[in-house]
Amino acid sequence: MRTIEVLGSGCPNCRRLEANAREAAAMAGVEADVKHVTDSREIVARGVLSTPGLVIDGRVVSTGRVPSAGDIAVWLSEG
Amino acid sequence: MTAIARPQRPALPLPAVVAASVAAWLAAWLVEAPAAGWLAFDVLRLERGSHFGEATAFFLEDLPKVLLLLVGVVTVVTVIRGFFPPERVRPMLAGRGLLPGTFAAAGLGTVTPFCSCSAVPLFIGFVEAGVPLGVTLAFLISSPMVNEVALVLLWGLFGPGIALAYMAAGLTIAILGGLVIGRLRLERYVESYVWEIKPLAAPALDIRLTWAERLETAWAYTRDLVRKLLPYLVAGIAIGAAIHGYAPTDLVAGVGGRSNLLAVPLVVVLAVPMYSNAAGTIPIVQALLGKGMPLGTTLAFMMAVTAISLPELVILRRVLRPQLLAVFVGIVATGIVAIGYLFNIVA
Repeated sequence: MRTIEVLGSGCPNCRRLEANAREAAAMAGVEADVKHVTDSREIVARGVLSTPGLVIDGRVVSTGRVPSAGDIAVWLSEG
Repeated sequence: MTAIARPQRPALPLPAVVAASVAAWLAAWLVEAPAAGWLAFDVLRLERGSHFGEATAFFLEDLPKVLLLLVGVVTVVTVIRGFFPPERVRPMLAGRGLLPGTFAAAGLGTVTPFCSCSAVPLFIGFVEAGVPLGVTLAFLISSPMVNEVALVLLWGLFGPGIALAYMAAGLTIAILGGLVIGRLRLERYVESYVWEIKPLAAPALDIRLTWAERLETAWAYTRDLVRKLLPYLVAGIAIGAAIHGYAPTDLVAGVGGRSNLLAVPLVVVLAVPMYSNAAGTIPIVQALLGKGMPLGTTLAFMMAVTAISLPELVILRRVLRPQLLAVFVGIVATGIVAIGYLFNIVA
């Protein structure tokens, strides 16, 4: 079971990133728990200042942009 | 784990895609003006020198010109901005004193990508890393107001004078606002939970991107922006074309004209409930300038729309107490009004 966290205030880009993350998990064939972190304090505690941020298994892999489902699937398979 | 196919990646090599895009852009840039004239006067058989003919030709020439400028400049600039994420700018501002810090924050704010939805984590992250309050607010004023997209669009449509005037005005307000708020020692009016966050709980992030990722991100951003702006651009340029073809009507001049001393504060107040990024205000600016509104009043409107909008104040209220928020709005609004008068007098 992998954990994927989308860090963001629920803006359109954050929702798009969450959708991409779910699609990526399906593409990579992994079971993943996709969570949306909206608390600014927790976002900052991860070192992220520009949303949306993407965290896979506790590691920040992207900030301030929306990576494609294909890119996220590659990160999931590398991890 | 087996390798995952990357369906999003273009099959062509990256340099070929870039070279082809640049060539197509240049060709379109060179062809669009003669093509517009040919379309208006030869294909549509409109009369040269007639109001309707000239207006149509102006519209056909200006719309692709602005679209090409937008696509080209926003893509290039977004790639450059990708090298200055706030995560990397923060350590540059943390160790500085008030004066150099405020200047650096205002300057770096112009190249750092900004989205008002990130304002809260950005504020908390800056403050807990030891960036002074005034420096942080200078950054938050300059980042949405002075950006290269606004600068280049102003340059392309109205010439370098207006573009540089806008940039200088925005930087001045950001620096003065940051210095004044820093001097006033208003730290106690920041919501207390901000100070309770453990300083630097996380290590500094430094995510490396490949060129393919940078270009894809920039292109996706540009596509989004152009799609959102297109209706406003069409409307703005259509108004501009109507003014170009027909006699300039001084519709705005009565309210916004030089003779009305209250025009500058009035447009600033009108701009507060509006929310748009700097690029989105360009068509309105074009229409206002075309209708005879003086430069200072128009630039004041543009700065107020981007720097003090109601939705952004609602977001900032989560970290700033009402007293500090009021000081922030007061200083920025006063600065914008002063700059507006200054340009109306000088220009």
